Amino acid sequence: MKLSKLWLLVLAVLVALSGVAFAGPTLDNVKAKGFVQVGVNGELFGFGKPDEKGVWRGLDVDTGRAVAAAVFGDANKIKFIPLTAVQRFTALQSGEIDVLCRNATQTLGRDTELGLDFAQVNYYDGQGFLVSKKNKKVKRAKDLNGATVCVLPGTTTELNVADYFRVNKMKMKPVVIENNAELAKAFFAGRCDVLTSDASQLAGTRAVAPKPDDYVVLPDIISKEPLAPAVRHGDNQWKDIVNYAVLAMIEAEDLGIDSKNVDEQLKSTDPKVQRFLGVTPGNGKALGLDEKWAYNIVKQVGNYGEVFERSVGKNTPLQLERGLNALWKNGGLMYSPPFR
Amino acid sequence: MEKGNPVISAEHTAQGATWINDPKIRAILYQIAVLGIVGLLGYYLFNNTVENLKRQSIATGFGFLNKEASFEVGESLISYSAADPYIRALLVGALNTIKVSFVGIVLTIILGTFLGIARLSKNWLVSKLAAVYIEVMQDIPILLQLFFWYSFFYDILPSPGEALEPLSGIFMSNRGLVIAVPEWHPAYQYVAMAFVAGSIAVYFMRRWARIRQEQTGQPFPVFTLSIGIMTVLPAAAWLLAGAPLTMSVPELDGFNFKGGLNMSPEFAALLLGLVLYTAAFVAEIVRAGIQAVSKGQTEAAMAIGLKPGQVLSLVILPQALRVIIPPLTSQMLNLTKNSSLAVAIGFPDFVSVASTTINQTGQAIEGISLIMLVYLCFSLLTSLFMNWYNKKMALVER
Repeated sequence: MKLSKLWLLVLAVLVALSGVAFAGPTLDNVKAKGFVQVGVNGELFGFGKPDEKGVWRGLDVDTGRAVAAAVFGDANKIKFIPLTAVQRFTALQSGEIDVLCRNATQTLGRDTELGLDFAQVNYYDGQGFLVSKKNKKVKRAKDLNGATVCVLPGTTTELNVADYFRVNKMKMKPVVIENNAELAKAFFAGRCDVLTSDASQLAGTRAVAPKPDDYVVLPDIISKEPLAPAVRHGDNQWKDIVNYAVLAMIEAEDLGIDSKNVDEQLKSTDPKVQRFLGVTPGNGKALGLDEKWAYNIVKQVGNYGEVFERSVGKNTPLQLERGLNALWKNGGLMYSPPFR
Repeated sequence: MEKGNPVISAEHTAQGATWINDPKIRAILYQIAVLGIVGLLGYYLFNNTVENLKRQSIATGFGFLNKEASFEVGESLISYSAADPYIRALLVGALNTIKVSFVGIVLTIILGTFLGIARLSKNWLVSKLAAVYIEVMQDIPILLQLFFWYSFFYDILPSPGEALEPLSGIFMSNRGLVIAVPEWHPAYQYVAMAFVAGSIAVYFMRRWARIRQEQTGQPFPVFTLSIGIMTVLPAAAWLLAGAPLTMSVPELDGFNFKGGLNMSPEFAALLLGLVLYTAAFVAEIVRAGIQAVSKGQTEAAMAIGLKPGQVLSLVILPQALRVIIPPLTSQMLNLTKNSSLAVAIGFPDFVSVASTTINQTGQAIEGISLIMLVYLCFSLLTSLFMNWYNKKMALVER
């Protein structure tokens, strides 16, 4: 009797385990759940942070919404999961989230050894330094020899700054704190001479400083940081969906379609616009989505320019220029392949 | 399983019943079965994990340990640079954990014993103060205390440029505590040797004194003489070597102090938080241990004319230690494990370095197994030592 009970238990455990082990492709899984689980920053102003009413705001958050709009036709069928830099890739690998939109830099190592796939870059960034204006001697990054540096652990910036000081034969003392807010607090209290991160993050951190005008971002950019959404390696269909969700925002801006004129554009006679908005069907079927997927993204989330301006643009506290993130026509790097 | 009456089953066997009815054999069979199931489960989990990792094309194995870490670590007991491999970064982290745990345990035991005795003091104020301390510290989560002390260090203290100098050669700023220390000189080698020689001499003197006291009953001023030997010998060595005294005085150089001995705010906050928190628990253990010794023992010891100090060291403490040591061991393990909260305030302990490694290499399973292995080793070593000490201290029944 006892033995059979034990076997039953073992069998139950085995069944439970195998259920976890063989999860289906991500799209079916997401559709069955009814919402997309998106890993976001949670503390980074302009990229992923809830506003005072608890509504999530930011470029990465809107990228996640674009994916939800593409899959469900409803940008609100989404669940945001705030993650630290150290947690983010493990959360994706283990299936806790479906897509990671958390200002993660695409690198060769992450693309291969970490078992990830990066979609279209949604922000081209570079690493900079934020210093207090009280340090009058510091005008360039080269003046930072011997400085104490606040940096997030587990980031490319942690590695870049070590490389930079090594190459220039300078010394540094890192202070690494996993929590973004705690790290910023330590920096503003003077624990470190300099805070290093992606330039956009520095602008976001500076915006929430007790006195933003006391701090200045140094002119030097020491690295390339293409920030892109990431998915698990090996689910090509899901990667295509995330990839084209970002590209659709860029293509919409390129075609001059935004959230306000998208309904008028449905009547456009331009075949490119007709294909893009699904008036001429084909793209949706190819991706395994509704033909209206791109229309839904633009209608509910907006084109890339709109998202950029309301998240990090000139009228936000971050006051970032389009720079590298302008459309290719305007001298930037944002370029979408044809939607056909 | 083995509740059956052995006499009856023996009879069964005798009557030619199958061996399966023998409770002894059955017990062994059950154990083999359970072991087999556990083994199978472990094998299944392992296989499943490897399979899944392969399917997601995540790198596996410990090969990453020899790759260049290329990140800096804030403080280190051994030389380390970003060009060193991961294994050395992890070693730096492990040594930092050992450093904070070891210093923490020593200070905790001292403070805890002091508080425990104060709690039992006949002085109303002293005992109530100790009681309030113990209650308050036990009730505030350690993580909050760590945040408090850390922000205390960087918020209250000034920048290095305006560092406080409470004593000449000691600087306090939000970059930590910097103390002037004597500059390294070969003479200190001789001082260290003299100290070791002194310790050996003291050990033999104590043995000789104890044997003599047991045989003749004559006491010997062991304590005073020990202190004397331990100070005079190293001092003599120092004088003979030419009495070098160049101090490495910290100086403000650019962003930070140069020279001297530096204690970072992260280390200070972690140490302070761990010691103040754990000492409250140790105090209660010490109090319980002392109270476990019946009052009659004290009275009897006083009646035969022992001095109060002797009553404590010869009668009460040896008996109290039996009660104190086992729970004290678990507090020591707690302190070691709680030191992993260092991640929150940026002290580069083992967990902090390991989780950075996990993130940079993406090899979570290997990283977590390393963390488990290292903490298991720390815990087992502490337990082994404390069990040995416990056995030594246990009451020998005569």
